[in-house]
Amino acid sequence: MEGMTENLEDLARQIRRDVIRMIYHAGSGHPGGSLGAAELFAVLYGRIMRHDPNNPTDFHRDRLVLSNGHICASLYSVLARFGYLPLGELASFRRFGTRLSGHPSRTKLPGIVENSSGPLGQGVPVAKGIAQANRLLGSEGHVYCIVGDGEIQEGIVWESLLSAAQHHVDNLVLIVSYNRLQLDEAVAKVKSLEPLADKFKSFGWHVQRIDGHRVDDIAGALQQAREVTGKPKAVIADTVMGKGVPFMEDKFTWHGGSISLQQAQEALESIGSSAKFDDFLIDGEQAV
Amino acid sequence: MNFDTPVSMRDGFGQALLELGEQNQRVVALSADVSEPTRVHWFARKFPERFFQMGISENEMIGTASGMALNGLIPFATTFAIFAASLAHQPMRVSAAYARANVKIVASHGGVTIGADGATHQAYEDLGLMRLIPGMTVLAPCDARQTYHAVFAAAEYDGPIYMRVGRVDEQVITSETDEFNIGKIQSLREGSDVAILANGIMVSRALEAARILAGEGMNAAVINVHTLKPFDTEGVLHVLKTCGAAVTVEEHTVLGGLGGAVSECSARNYPVPVESIGVQDVFGESGDTEEVLGYYGLTVPRIADAARQAVARKQSISGK
Ligand SMILES: Cc1ncc(C[n+]2csc(CCOP(=O)(O)OP(=O)(O)O)c2C)c(N)n1
Repeated sequence: MEGMTENLEDLARQIRRDVIRMIYHAGSGHPGGSLGAAELFAVLYGRIMRHDPNNPTDFHRDRLVLSNGHICASLYSVLARFGYLPLGELASFRRFGTRLSGHPSRTKLPGIVENSSGPLGQGVPVAKGIAQANRLLGSEGHVYCIVGDGEIQEGIVWESLLSAAQHHVDNLVLIVSYNRLQLDEAVAKVKSLEPLADKFKSFGWHVQRIDGHRVDDIAGALQQAREVTGKPKAVIADTVMGKGVPFMEDKFTWHGGSISLQQAQEALESIGSSAKFDDFLIDGEQAV
Repeated sequence: MNFDTPVSMRDGFGQALLELGEQNQRVVALSADVSEPTRVHWFARKFPERFFQMGISENEMIGTASGMALNGLIPFATTFAIFAASLAHQPMRVSAAYARANVKIVASHGGVTIGADGATHQAYEDLGLMRLIPGMTVLAPCDARQTYHAVFAAAEYDGPIYMRVGRVDEQVITSETDEFNIGKIQSLREGSDVAILANGIMVSRALEAARILAGEGMNAAVINVHTLKPFDTEGVLHVLKTCGAAVTVEEHTVLGGLGGAVSECSARNYPVPVESIGVQDVFGESGDTEEVLGYYGLTVPRIADAARQAVARKQSISGK
């Protein structure tokens, strides 16, 4: 897929459609964070990461470690859109017996997802460990790790920040989806992260802060991060929870929940349709 | 609170904590960014100055609650069972139990009936993990009303407590006059052929199985082991001696929880055949309540089968 701006925006739009339809159909899920990270997934898979669906376990591939596993609807969508999963399988999201469980499972999707996650924070040291192993074993692959902002409140994240700097893990890029909301309410009210960029800097990280919905800005920052050597890199992406669906935007109550038929229809209308992609098929009378 | 229609244990907990907060100024509550799902948000709204939002920091929450307890408060620290028992195990062990801090950990979303979030969120090692800690009191009430009473009992009790509560709405089976005594089993049905020992939401399934067995002429006792620790050895032994065969039923791995405790108790004191219904040491599937209980074999027919099996083993041993 060509990583042109319009194409990436179109892909992000289709990820949003998939997220809404998957969660509507499943009866529950985490729409807020998943919608907010659509551009991040689109740019990573559509322009930045070196990956090949025909050779998914290539030794030199770049890897995505999703630490905030609850936003996996977006991950499954982008994987399906690049041919790692049959498109129709998206309809099985969160259903009994599915491979697309509510949080990603490496053993259910071997060679397709890099890690198992769900308990927040755990992906960061795993990503760092993969990166360190890549260096030791001579793989050229970079490791991208997406975390939520609330997730950063876990102590394990800060332990990892210290060690990544200590060991100059410069093939590791941490991407924070900074939507300023978590499950209970606003991050600033629960336990503020600010000044986040300064914290990363003082921990010995290279930091950039960008608009997480502008595909060219994301691509630029990730490209730059690739080139910086000698230290681990963080990209703080300002995002909006529920982005693209006005009634969900910036509302922590949409962190998780279910979507009614009417809400799904309204959401899809706001998102609009993709120029390039078709929706995956959902069976049943109440399909949207 | 209305216990006549299906209601969850977490609701029973939330309501009790609210009333407790009214009665006792030393009661405080802590949450790790899951205050609505654990129902501690009712307390938080009413007593904001006694509610501590810790954010997504379970280890810190248990340590903080322990510190508050050391200074005379009665903290109720709340999160999901999987994060309380396994993520924050070390502060539970040392800061809470070893220091004998009077801290109450209420862990919702216990067991496999946590919805469709996947295997990572199912908590079926929690009771075993907690039971292994010296000095930890471990409670697994069977319905919303019992949970409600257990909260008041926990506040009265001196010492660290881990209490697991369920997420799903269920019919209440205990009655208004039932007492809740920490450390004592609760006999819900007399019987002499086989004892079905259960806790949590499996107690109601055990009762149903006993009714089916009664139709076949088999008399099953049903025992609610709501306190896994301190284990009521005396009470359980009495039941084992009366029945001579046992079935354990729990929304937990068969290792280390109720199945483990009853087997240990029996093997060491009075060996009888013990059949164990529970999760078979695997990571599994998530989904709707009935789907997932069916997948793990936590069903009424399976309990009845296990009871028949236990009785058959008893009879073959006694040569009948
Ligand atoms: C260790 C751990 N504690 C608690 C949870 C429950 N939980 C899931 S998502 C979430 C909020 C995450 O906030 P954030 O990282 O900001 O993600 P967003 O709400 O923006 O999607 C919580 C508390 C969890 N999954 N893991």
